[in-house]
Amino acid sequence: MLLEMVDITKRFGSVLANDRVNLQVRQGEIHAIVGENGAGKSTLMKVLYGLVRPDSGTIRMRSREVRITDPGVATQLGIGMVHQHFMLIPQLTVAANLVLGMEPHGRLGTYDRRGAQQATKDLAQALGFQIAPEDLVGDLSVGARQRLEIMKVLYRGAQLIVLDEPTAVLTPQETGELFKTMRKLRESGKTIIFITHKLSEVMELTHRVSVMRHGRVVGVMETDQVTPDQLAEMMVGRPVLGQVDKDPFRPGPVVLEVRDLQAVDARGAPRLRGVHFSLRAGEILGIAGVEGNGQTELVEVLNGLHPATAGQVFLEGRQVLGESPRQIREESVAHIPEDRQNRGLLLDFSLSENAVLGLQHRSKFSRGWLRNRAIREHAEELVELFDIRTPDLEIAVRSLSGGNQQKLIAAREVQQDPRLLIAAQPTRGVDVGSVEFIHQQLANLRSRGKAILLVSADLEEILGLSDTIAVMFRGKIVGQFQADQADERTLGLLMMGQGVGDGPSDLGSREVPEGEVR
Amino acid sequence: MKEKGGKGTFLILEILSPAVAFLLALAMGAVLILSLAENPLHVYNVMFRGGLGSIDGLGYVFFSATPLILTGLAVAFAFRAGLFNIGGEGQLYMGAFFCAWIGFTFPSMPSTLMVPLCILFAALGGAIWGLVPGVLKARFGVHEVINTIMLNFVAMLTTNFLVNHVYKEPGQMIPQTKEIATTAWIPRMAPLLQRLHIQLPTSNPLNYSLLLALMIAALAWLLLFKTRLGYEIRAVGLSHKAAEYGGIKVGATMVLSMVISGSMAGLVGVNEVLGYRHRFLDGFSTGLGFTGIAVALLGRNHPLGVVLAAVLFGILNTGALEVDIFTDIPRELVMVLQAVIIICVVVGDQVFRRWVSRRLPLQPHAGFFH
Ligand SMILES: Nc1ncnc2c1ncn2[C@@H]1O[C@H](COP(=O)(O)OP(=O)(O)O)[C@@H](O)[C@H]1O
Ligand SMILES: [Mg+2]
Repeated sequence: MLLEMVDITKRFGSVLANDRVNLQVRQGEIHAIVGENGAGKSTLMKVLYGLVRPDSGTIRMRSREVRITDPGVATQLGIGMVHQHFMLIPQLTVAANLVLGMEPHGRLGTYDRRGAQQATKDLAQALGFQIAPEDLVGDLSVGARQRLEIMKVLYRGAQLIVLDEPTAVLTPQETGELFKTMRKLRESGKTIIFITHKLSEVMELTHRVSVMRHGRVVGVMETDQVTPDQLAEMMVGRPVLGQVDKDPFRPGPVVLEVRDLQAVDARGAPRLRGVHFSLRAGEILGIAGVEGNGQTELVEVLNGLHPATAGQVFLEGRQVLGESPRQIREESVAHIPEDRQNRGLLLDFSLSENAVLGLQHRSKFSRGWLRNRAIREHAEELVELFDIRTPDLEIAVRSLSGGNQQKLIAAREVQQDPRLLIAAQPTRGVDVGSVEFIHQQLANLRSRGKAILLVSADLEEILGLSDTIAVMFRGKIVGQFQADQADERTLGLLMMGQGVGDGPSDLGSREVPEGEVR
Repeated sequence: MKEKGGKGTFLILEILSPAVAFLLALAMGAVLILSLAENPLHVYNVMFRGGLGSIDGLGYVFFSATPLILTGLAVAFAFRAGLFNIGGEGQLYMGAFFCAWIGFTFPSMPSTLMVPLCILFAALGGAIWGLVPGVLKARFGVHEVINTIMLNFVAMLTTNFLVNHVYKEPGQMIPQTKEIATTAWIPRMAPLLQRLHIQLPTSNPLNYSLLLALMIAALAWLLLFKTRLGYEIRAVGLSHKAAEYGGIKVGATMVLSMVISGSMAGLVGVNEVLGYRHRFLDGFSTGLGFTGIAVALLGRNHPLGVVLAAVLFGILNTGALEVDIFTDIPRELVMVLQAVIIICVVVGDQVFRRWVSRRLPLQPHAGFFH
C-alpha cells in the first residue's frame, strides 16, 4: 500500500468536512475519489498535501507514519498536487513557472535560464506535450496551463499525483489529451488520485474508486465491479436517473431573434461573424461547439456586456441590441454566466448579498435603503430550494465549494422566472445530483413556456436537454437540427469544422452546411 | 443548513489584530528608546499622559483627530469603490479655500445661512477635486493615483497663489487671507462642556467640527452598508466584471465615489477655517491627506475603525508634544513610532490572520457590521 490515510477528521466550524475518513491507495493505480460538491474531497487532499491540519487521524506512506505539516514536507515525500484553481504566475514564462522555487543555478549562483528551458523541453518531450518554454503563461489556454501544472509536479519529483477536478475546466478535446497523459504517467510507474464528478471518466480511466458523502467514505470498490448508476446512487444517497422529465415540445411564439450578429474581441479579432437563429417560448435551444468559437461573445452581447459591431437582436419583436445590462435584465432576461467567479459572483460579498446581485435595485430588495430582511429571506429561499450547502448566509461565497457557487447562481437566475434564460455552461464542475437538479429546473422553466438558450461544451448536456441544437464554429452557426435528429458523431464533426463547406479553412462561403436538416 | 456564528471571527480578526500590531509597535519603539539611553516606560508614560492624562489633553486629542477622521474616511470610502485616493491633501486645500472665500466675501450674511453655506462649499471644493480624477479614470482609464497626486500640487500651488497675490490680508507678513466674518465661526466646545462639569479650558481649540466629522462617519457607514448605492459601490470595488453583470454602471459609480470621497476630505476646511484659524493659512496642512491613508489602513477601511484610528493618531500627536518638552527624546521619535505602527499593522495583520486561521476553524465573513 503506497498511501494510507486513517481516521482523518477535520471540522470547519459547524461543518464536519472529513469524518473519520479512511483512504488507501495502491502503488501504481489510478484511484478515483467521487462525491457531491462539499463531500469533503478537496479537504482530504489538502490534508494530504499539508495545506490543512486535520483535527485527528494519521497518514502512512509505504507503511511508515508521516507527519505532513506543510506542502514542503509533502513534496519531499513525493506527493504532488494540481489544484482545482491553478497556482501559476501569468506574467512569467512557462520555464520560469516550471522551476519556480527550485531554480537551476549557474556557476555564480545566478538563475540558469538555459537550464530551465532545457528542463521544460525534456519534460514536455517525455510527456508528449507541445509547449514552448518561453511563452508567457498568461497567453496559454486552460488546457496548456493544466499541462504545465502537471509538469511542475513532476519536476518536483512526485510519485503520487493528486488531480483535483482537473476535467472541470477542460473542453472534451482537452480532457481526451489529459487522459492520454494520465495513462502515460501510470505506465511510467506513477500513482494518481483523480477527483471528478463525471462518472464516465471514472469508468474509463481508473482502477479503484472511493465514494464520499457528507464527509465520510461510504464505499471503496474496484472500478470494473460497479456501474455508473450504482456509483451515483452511493454519492447522492438516492437513485439518480440522469434523465429529466420533459413535457412534449410545444413551442410558442418567437421570443428571441438574432440576425447577422457580429462582434470583435478586445484585440479587434472577429469573434462573431454573422450569427442567425431564433428561439421560441417553451423551447430549449442548445448551442454546441468547442469553446472559443464565439459562444462567450454571443452570450455577452445578448446580455449587453459586450458591444456588437453589426446585427440585430429582437426580444419579442423589439430591437434590444445596444441596451445596457440592466435594461436587458428588466426585459425579464436572466443569465447564468460561464465565468462564475469573475462575472456571476462577488466572491467577497456574503451569500445573501450575492443572492440579489442584478436584482438589488428591485423595490422588493431596496428603496434607496437595502431591505435586509427581504434579502435574507430571498437568500434563505434559494439555499433551501437548491440545497446549497453553507454554514450560514453571511459567509463570503469565496469559501463555498465551486459546485455550491454554481448552484447559487443557477438558483438566483432560475428563481426570477425569466421570459428568457441564457445559460452558459450551467453545470460545469457540479456533481451528478446537482446536475440533475439544475437540468430539471431548466426543464421546468421550459414547461412554463419560457425560452432557454443553453450554451455548453458538454455534448451530453446539449443532447439531453435541447429541443433544437445549433453548432457554432468560428463565429458562425454551421448547422441546426431538431434534437431527435442529431447524433453525437454528426455534431462532433461539425464542431471540429468538418462537413462545413469545403472544410475548416473555407469559412463563411456557404451559409447552409451539409449537416442542415431543417 | 443555516446557523448563527461568525461574529467571533469579527472580534478576533478585526479588532484584536490591529491591537496586537499596536503592542508590537510599542515594543519596537521601546527598543528604539532604549538605544537613545532613555527609559521607555518613562517616555511612554509622558506620551500617553499628554493625551490621556487631562481633560485639556483629551481636548487636543479630539481636535487633532477631527481632520484625520475626515481624510481617513475619504481614503476608506474611495477604497471601498476600488479606488486609491491619494488626493486628500489637494481636496482639503480646495475645500478650505472655498470655505474661507465664502466666509470673508459675504460678511453680512446671517449666521444661520452662513455656516451651512461655508460647510457646503468646503465639501464642494473637495468634491470638484475628486470629480476630476474620477472622470479621468472612468472615461479614459487614467490611473487615479497619478491624477490625485498631480492635483495635490495644483491645489497647493493654486491656493498659494490666491493667498499671496489675490486675497492676502493687507499689511501682514503671514501668507494668509483676511479673517472670515464672525457669523461663520463654529464655536468651541469648552463652554458647553464646562456647563456639563467637564472642565475643558476655554483655550482648548476643540470645536463642534468634531461632531460634524463623527456625523459624516456615521453617514458613510449607513451609505456603504445600508443602502443600495453602498452595495453598488462595494460591488464595483470588488469586481468590475461582476458589477457590470449586476447591471451597475461601473464608470458612474466610480465617479460618484470619488466625488463623495473628495467632499469628505474637503470638510477638513470646516475644522481648520470655521472652527480654528478663522482664515485660510497657506500650507496649513501637515500632510493630513496623507496621514488619512494610514488612518484608513489602520481602521481597516471601516468608518468605525477610521474614527478609532484617528483618535489613536490624535493621542500620538498630542503625546509627541509632551515627549518633546519633557524628555530628551525628539518628537520625531513619535512620528517614527507612528510609522512603525502602520508597518506593524500591515505586515502583522497578515501574519496574525494566517496564524489565527490555521489554528481556529474560522470562516471568512463578508464584510462586517451588517
Ligand atoms: N476553509 C474552509 N473554511 C470553512 N469551511 C470549509 C473550508 N474548506 C471547506 N469547507 C467546507 O467543508 C466542506 C467540504 O468541502 P470540500 O472539501 O471543498 O468539498 P469537495 O471538494 O468535496 O467539493 C464544505 O461544506 C465546505 O463548505
Ligand atoms: Mg473540491
